[in-house]
Amino acid sequence: MSSTRATQEIPAFRTRGITKIYGGRGTAEVRALDGVDLDLPEGELVVLLGPSGSGKSTLLNIIGGLDHATSGEAWFRDQELTSMSDRQLTRYRRDNVGFVFQFYNLVASLTARENVALVTDVAPDPMRPEEALALVGLQERQDHFPAQMSGGEQQRVAIARAIAKRPGVLLCDEPTGALDSKTGTAVLAALEDVNTRFGTTTLVITHNAGIRKMAHRVIRFQDGRVVEIEENKTRIRAHEVTW
Amino acid sequence: MLHALDRKLLRDLWRLKAQALAISLVLACGVAIFMTGLGMVRALEVTLEDYYNRQHFAHVFASARRAPASLLRDVEAIDGVQTAEARVVGSVVLDLPGRAAPASGRVISLPDTGPALNVPLLVSGRFPSETAGDEVVVTDRFASANGYRPGDRFAAIADGKRLILTITGTVRSPEFIYTLPPGGLMPDDAGYAIMWMPETAAAGVFGMSGAFNDLSLKLRRDANQQAVIDRIDSLLEPWGGVGAHVRELQMSHAFMQAELDQLRSMSAVLPPILFGVTAFLVNMVLGRIVTLERSEIGLLKALGYRDSEIAMHYLMLATLVAALGVCLGWASGAWLSSGMSQLYARFFDFPWLVQPHAIDVFAIAGLIGLASAAIGALRAAWSAAALAPAVAMSPPAPPAFRRGFLDAVSGWLGLPQTAMMVLRGIVRWPLRAAFTSLGLSLGVAILVASNFMLDSLDAVIDTSFFKSNRQHATLILAHEQPLSAVADARHLPGVLAVEPQFDLPVTLSVGPREKKLAISARPLGGDLARTLDVEENPVPLPEQGVLLSAKLAAYLGVRPGDMVRVTLSGLREGEMVLPVAAVTQQYIGIGAYMRLDALAALLGEAPRVTSLNLWIDPNELSELEAALKSMPALATTVMLTDVRKSFQDTISENVRINTVLFLTISALITVGVAYNGARIQLSERARELASLRILGFTRAEVSTILLGETAVLALIAQPLGWLIGGWIAWAMMAGFDSDLYRIPLVLTAQNFASASLVTLTAVTAAALLVRRRLDRADLIAVLKTRE
Ligand SMILES: Nc1ncnc2c1ncn2[C@@H]1O[C@H](COP(=O)(O)OP(=O)(O)OP(=O)(O)O)[C@@H](O)[C@H]1O
Ligand SMILES: [Mg+2]
Repeated sequence: MSSTRATQEIPAFRTRGITKIYGGRGTAEVRALDGVDLDLPEGELVVLLGPSGSGKSTLLNIIGGLDHATSGEAWFRDQELTSMSDRQLTRYRRDNVGFVFQFYNLVASLTARENVALVTDVAPDPMRPEEALALVGLQERQDHFPAQMSGGEQQRVAIARAIAKRPGVLLCDEPTGALDSKTGTAVLAALEDVNTRFGTTTLVITHNAGIRKMAHRVIRFQDGRVVEIEENKTRIRAHEVTW
Repeated sequence: MLHALDRKLLRDLWRLKAQALAISLVLACGVAIFMTGLGMVRALEVTLEDYYNRQHFAHVFASARRAPASLLRDVEAIDGVQTAEARVVGSVVLDLPGRAAPASGRVISLPDTGPALNVPLLVSGRFPSETAGDEVVVTDRFASANGYRPGDRFAAIADGKRLILTITGTVRSPEFIYTLPPGGLMPDDAGYAIMWMPETAAAGVFGMSGAFNDLSLKLRRDANQQAVIDRIDSLLEPWGGVGAHVRELQMSHAFMQAELDQLRSMSAVLPPILFGVTAFLVNMVLGRIVTLERSEIGLLKALGYRDSEIAMHYLMLATLVAALGVCLGWASGAWLSSGMSQLYARFFDFPWLVQPHAIDVFAIAGLIGLASAAIGALRAAWSAAALAPAVAMSPPAPPAFRRGFLDAVSGWLGLPQTAMMVLRGIVRWPLRAAFTSLGLSLGVAILVASNFMLDSLDAVIDTSFFKSNRQHATLILAHEQPLSAVADARHLPGVLAVEPQFDLPVTLSVGPREKKLAISARPLGGDLARTLDVEENPVPLPEQGVLLSAKLAAYLGVRPGDMVRVTLSGLREGEMVLPVAAVTQQYIGIGAYMRLDALAALLGEAPRVTSLNLWIDPNELSELEAALKSMPALATTVMLTDVRKSFQDTISENVRINTVLFLTISALITVGVAYNGARIQLSERARELASLRILGFTRAEVSTILLGETAVLALIAQPLGWLIGGWIAWAMMAGFDSDLYRIPLVLTAQNFASASLVTLTAVTAAALLVRRRLDRADLIAVLKTRE
């Protein structure tokens, strides 16, 4: 499998010297990202580790097209994200990116199926919402509102919503952060399943070092820089992750 | 298939239903009133124009004592005159079978060639034949009020001659859309007839063969109206002309214009208030929703929704609320307009009334309604669109409370902590607090204005009927008579007192300003018809000089001590200069008053009378009425007791309608503003209040904090509302100020108190609804939910 990945000429993401500075003008400057150079090959499951405040979410926001970098370049396949307008970034998100956030981020007034439909309504080549929910094992719960579901179930709905558009990349910011080990495992299994089944490049930010063993590649962050990249020779399955 | 975002829209709307409904109702009210105002104004304008054009309503009117028929040629030759028509008109007393009360009428001649101007429109029957001496057509209103049909007969006494007239048909005329009997304040369909008679017959009845006493003119488009009037005046002067006047001073037309003005000012004041309040409420509620849904907005953006789609989502929410309001407004507007049309049909005699609910009126009202909600929604929609997605997903920074001025004041006053929380809430959103107070004060102001109308009309009735015109009846004589007529009238059955009056047609002028009217001369010490000073105390007639009503004095620009030039018109010729002795108060019409003997001395004649004011024994009323029916010298009898009653009845009915209307508007605004304001505070403070409850605060204490803000804003709104209401009242008073009538500015403490009582009750009701929600709120659930 690793050989097929190596033959890909263009990586899914490539960044050069990405810097993000918050504040300034009166308030103290925060250098959230300080020259990040990364190549994330297509189809990999990548785990991003690092202490709180090290800039993980900031990086995810930039390559996910939610935010602009202060300087540097970021590419998704052959598109340069850092030169895109807000409008182009919206288009990019709509067509290519699936997000999963720590807090389940479901729309409270919509059922599970409708939350997924929120994406399938606007994506170019989506699956049916029911199909996406079945992939995360929630076909039975499709008419329930977020308030009627557990945290793990809500997070799986969020994953279903992220994959329903058949995204090029799946970006997950602490998807298991608010979950216990059992529900966390179910969520990881869903991510793993999507990655292997569809070959979706998946980036997972986590504080749980145990999860790193699932990944093809582990990136360590510190003070807005990449300090270490490690490729796993052998990976464990989601249900083997220890918490 | 409904998109998921649209479902969210509908569910959000359902969740907000109470607030949405409160806003919709305010908007509906605005749409309904705007629609009714615009629709009725246009319907009336179009109807009038049509009617006037088809029936050739004249532009200029003049009358004279008796002018030779040959003069008409000179009139027609005046530059700018397109058509001129000479008529004979005269007053008659009617003896109607089955009616005891006196009735009177006005006879108008029908030219042999058929009328060219002010053409009566036949409703039933036929016009009289040219040669008939005893045939008339009468107004349809008079016929229906008395149950007459073509072929019926009645008796009329003209110039002492008793005539038996046959009704050949019924008509309507553009000259008499609104008709007041002489001395009357309200139309009297049954007791006052307008009738048209062939020229020869009318001339015979009034001794006007080869002569005329009434002139109507249609002018060419390019005519110089004033030049024509001046020329007419000089042509008619030798023949007892009393001055020509333009259409704007024609009674029926003037009343129509006054009605139109009132409608226009209603649509200029109320709808903008209601649309403004709608925009404010939408702004406030939607602003709160966008704040609450900050992270959902961020999520939608992360999912790839465009800014425009998100802005549209919130605009649509406002649009749905507005759409509901517009539909309710259309329905109630249609209902209101048709009620209004019926009311108009009762007071005004139109042959047809153009549909007030034209499709474009619906469209314009609907668009303005939608636009006002959209304007309110713009800021919220814009801020939703402008939220940067990365920022939206992170929790908002807690609002910065700082120790400051407020804390210093409260420390100094020793305010409890709960009061501090209330005050901080107000200071935190000063603009919203200001607008909330303003909204509530508009509710108060509308009631103050409505109460003012009541009080003011009460004052008009009191002044006009109980302080100045106290007589039971006025007999208007067909011709001037010597003072001995007083003694004759004294001998009529049931008459307890008689006071004479002599009305002398004149032109009063000061420099270039002039006014045509009659000076009313009365005996000194008269106790029935009295003149009042500006404080409404009886003011005695001066030995010399003239009293002018305040409106007239202001128009002429004179004060007591100044001189006015008096030019006699009608039968007499001459000019005199008189001092203004004092200024008098009167709300209906304008007037100039003198002592009977002083005027007679100035004219160098013995005192004469044109009308008699009577004080009557009510037990002998029917004997008196019977005697009046055959009194030869009488032109008209005005029963002031009846005038008073019909005026009061009409006013009290209008007042009832107005009270309901304004109470509704005020309540909708007040509840809409108070309820939405309190709901938003509940939503903002839910966590804070739940924490307090968990700390052991009682429900009552927590409600005090929540509703304290609404209470403080409602209290601030009261004086502001009185002020705005007083200003509206002042504007209404200024708007009503015409020669026909005006109203006094009466603002009482009771007015303010009742307006405040009503609005504070509405605020309390709204607050209780919100308090119920707070009481029911699940503390744990509130604390658990993430903002
Ligand atoms: N909007 C902002 N304004 C100012 N500073 C910010 C903003 N967002 C993030 N930061 C700062 O940038 C740095 C990196 O933040 P980031 O959220 O990327 O960290 P993280 O690695 O995701 O941390 P965590 O594991 O706690 O989520 C932090 O110091 C943070 O305080
Ligand atoms: Mg983070």
